[in-house]
Amino acid sequence: MFLENIKMSLQNVVNNKMRSFLTALGIIIGVASIISLITIMQIATNSITTQFNDLGAGKLVVSAPGTPLKKGLTDRDLQTISQIQGVTAVSPTLSLQATAVRGNIVEENITLEGKSNIYFDQNADIVALGRPLTKIDGENKALVCVINTDLQQLLFSNDDPIGKQLQIKDITYTVVGVLDPTVAGDVMNMVSQQRGTNNSDGKAIIPYQTAMVVAGIRGITSLEVIIDDPDNSTQISNNLEVALKQAFNDKDNSYSIINMDSLIETMNTMLSMMTSLLVGIASIALLVGGIGIMNMMLVSVTERTQEIGLRKALGAKPIQIQTQFIIESIFLSLLGGILGLILGLLISFVASRAMDLDFIVSASAIILGLGFSAGVGIVFGWMPARNASRLNPIDALRSN
Amino acid sequence: MNEILSMKNIIKSYHMGDEDQIILKGINFSVNKGEFVSILGPSGSGKSTMMNIIGCLDKPTSGEYKLNGESIDNLSEKELAHIRSREIGFIFQSFFLLSRLNALQNVELPLIYSGISPADRKTRALEMLEKVKLTNKIHNFPNQLSGGQQQRVAIARALANSPTILLADEPTGALDQKTGHAVMELFKALHAEGHTIIMITHDEHIAKNATRIVKILDGNLYEADDEIPDVD
Repeated sequence: MFLENIKMSLQNVVNNKMRSFLTALGIIIGVASIISLITIMQIATNSITTQFNDLGAGKLVVSAPGTPLKKGLTDRDLQTISQIQGVTAVSPTLSLQATAVRGNIVEENITLEGKSNIYFDQNADIVALGRPLTKIDGENKALVCVINTDLQQLLFSNDDPIGKQLQIKDITYTVVGVLDPTVAGDVMNMVSQQRGTNNSDGKAIIPYQTAMVVAGIRGITSLEVIIDDPDNSTQISNNLEVALKQAFNDKDNSYSIINMDSLIETMNTMLSMMTSLLVGIASIALLVGGIGIMNMMLVSVTERTQEIGLRKALGAKPIQIQTQFIIESIFLSLLGGILGLILGLLISFVASRAMDLDFIVSASAIILGLGFSAGVGIVFGWMPARNASRLNPIDALRSN
Repeated sequence: MNEILSMKNIIKSYHMGDEDQIILKGINFSVNKGEFVSILGPSGSGKSTMMNIIGCLDKPTSGEYKLNGESIDNLSEKELAHIRSREIGFIFQSFFLLSRLNALQNVELPLIYSGISPADRKTRALEMLEKVKLTNKIHNFPNQLSGGQQQRVAIARALANSPTILLADEPTGALDQKTGHAVMELFKALHAEGHTIIMITHDEHIAKNATRIVKILDGNLYEADDEIPDVD
């Protein structure tokens, strides 16, 4: 019986091709806009959060310019910070401009960064060639460096630079490693990578202890605090603040903490709010589509009054008539739903290409699209179907 | 006596504005198995209402109606649908075939509602179409069939569920004399096979094909040997 219903409904939809398509169009537009909005938002969210997660999950980024009397943090302050509960490591950063020389090649304005082994531990895949800086390098204030591919290009052409020497600020360093250009490592690099401004900027990383001596700096002004549990980031951030206040005698503007986890969280909340809002707006299209289906079903019931009367005379129970019309309505809106889904995915595919992002089809979008349209079919088909099932067979047969 | 239909004091009235209009005024009527009865009456006599009640499409206002021994007075719409499917084979003046279905599918329709499996449905429908001599037209759609052929499809459809009663409402009303005559021959043949037929008509010539004629006038039913009072 159920199969018969499906067959009958299908036949009716096919028999009225143009009308069925126009009716389904409302649903097609509604579902397509919902699906494309959800998918595009999901693609964007995914790409943003993966990038931020790569850089910032489980980290507090501290900037500590300090006070006129005390510029930056001392080794002892770093020690205190690393002993805060939940802090697994502290990765200080120093950055200055310098000139690099190799033989008669002079490269001005390269970035010289001082970092600890923690930085390399945290970004396991950042070194493409050779080795990262180690703890021992730092303790020995060793004259070794890891360079980026741009500097490799500038100073060594395409030769293997490992074990070779170069001079920065008149001090000779041995190259021990080359950075992978595709790994961002930290926020600043990511930003410059995306802007494409980093292209010809040479960079060399040396142990931060070495850098402090070379630059004559006594305090660390920039560091990343690695924490064990991102869920605990607020608590740890508060404790860190206490330590920083003590270090700088509670002076204003002497430090700032960026909690990456709470940033990501805030951003996710905003994105999902925006998604809900957009989907809410798109749902209006679906509602209008549903009303279109109801209208068409009401017309269809009126047109087929005699048929309904005949079916009843031949022994069709009211529920069988109702089922037939509901299935027809579901079929119509599901047809719209499927076409809308395809259209929506197509739109989001094009959009993701245009934004240069990875295209993902989420199961939730498909389930949502099909579920929504079937739901619309049931809700808006119910009333016309009930009308049909309640027709008096005598009146129905008499109608012309 | 093998009584399959019995009506006792059936009254049917409708509300028309302020007053009740009584259409059937206490009908007593019974039909035995294998009878071919004509209900003859002019328009407005109440014969359509009579047919609706016999066909379980409508319920009497009062009185007792038993079909195949079962009282239908207190049945729900769903149960009435079941009774119609099992006991009644309708044949209408204007055939009422579904235009989008071919002859075979039209005959299968009542079998769908009585829950017969698809395979059995087809066998059964083919059998019925053979009975009305339309085996060569089974895939034709109603608009590809003549009026007579359409009515034969409708008769095959009415026979499909082996109903207790074939209930025909002006079955020749939309046909020319010649095809009408052929349909009547088919009815006679079906009667000879043992089918019970009740035919409603206003045409005395058509009515005479039956073995028994009852007349309905102004809401009252008269057997052939009853004396019909002057209406005036």
